[in-house]
Amino acid sequence: MKTTVTALLAGLIFGLGLLLSGMANPEKVLGFLDITGAWDPSLALVMAGAIAVSLPAFQWLKGRGESLLKGPLQLPTNTHIDRRLVIGGLLFGIGWGLAGFCPGPAIVASGAGQEKALVFTLAMLAGMGIFRLAAHKMIPARE
Amino acid sequence: MTIDWAAFTPATALAGGALIGLASALLLIFNGRIAGISGMVGSLLESSSGVGWRLAFIIGLLLAPLAWQLFSALPPIKIAAGYPTLIAAGLLVGFGTRLGSGCTSGHGVCGLSRLSSRSMIATLVFMAAGFVTVYVLRHLLAG
Repeated sequence: MKTTVTALLAGLIFGLGLLLSGMANPEKVLGFLDITGAWDPSLALVMAGAIAVSLPAFQWLKGRGESLLKGPLQLPTNTHIDRRLVIGGLLFGIGWGLAGFCPGPAIVASGAGQEKALVFTLAMLAGMGIFRLAAHKMIPARE
Repeated sequence: MTIDWAAFTPATALAGGALIGLASALLLIFNGRIAGISGMVGSLLESSSGVGWRLAFIIGLLLAPLAWQLFSALPPIKIAAGYPTLIAAGLLVGFGTRLGSGCTSGHGVCGLSRLSSRSMIATLVFMAAGFVTVYVLRHLLAG
């Protein structure tokens, strides 16, 4: 129960951060990705601000080994840089550049009642479903 | 490269970023979990275990605009892309983030805060793909 409440609070704060920073607005994200045009560097400062706060927390928790609610730390263990990581990043980046949406902002903008964000989010869910059905056949996990 | 000073919002970018970092830190500190939004959504589609905290975080994101509106009018959300582009982009983002094990939140914020080399590579790849996509769309195809 406690972990549900803390997750809800974290999601809410995350969403407010996306709204405050302007990152729930695709126009602003595309302004960052347009480095050869009139460039809006805001997204870089959003990342810097986020990492400045979360990096110390990650380093502290790594040393501690468990969460404050006495649960295990469930951090990714895969350190292998493989084809899936690179091809996945490429496809994600192309989609991000096409519409200016990544998953978090699309969900927040859907919550704001933006119909186009909801359409993007539903297509994103479909893309995840296609991955589940087909990816292991198309791109083996190990070459 | 020319900076669009009229669009650049350094203060709200840093403050919003700090909130995003705080949310990621809270989820790690209390739940022992990475705030990776594509991973949470994908896991909800794929598995019936660990639904509670993941769903709670996503509901938090969806409620953020409503919470914001208790205090102030929502900031602008401008979505220039048409429906065919939004659907293609959503499919690519959904498939790509699952294949590459993460998006801007999981790799970009949490992964870099963990000093993960996999996340560093993923972030460089999706940023580069986003830059190239916007360059092609705005400067090569649009002329």
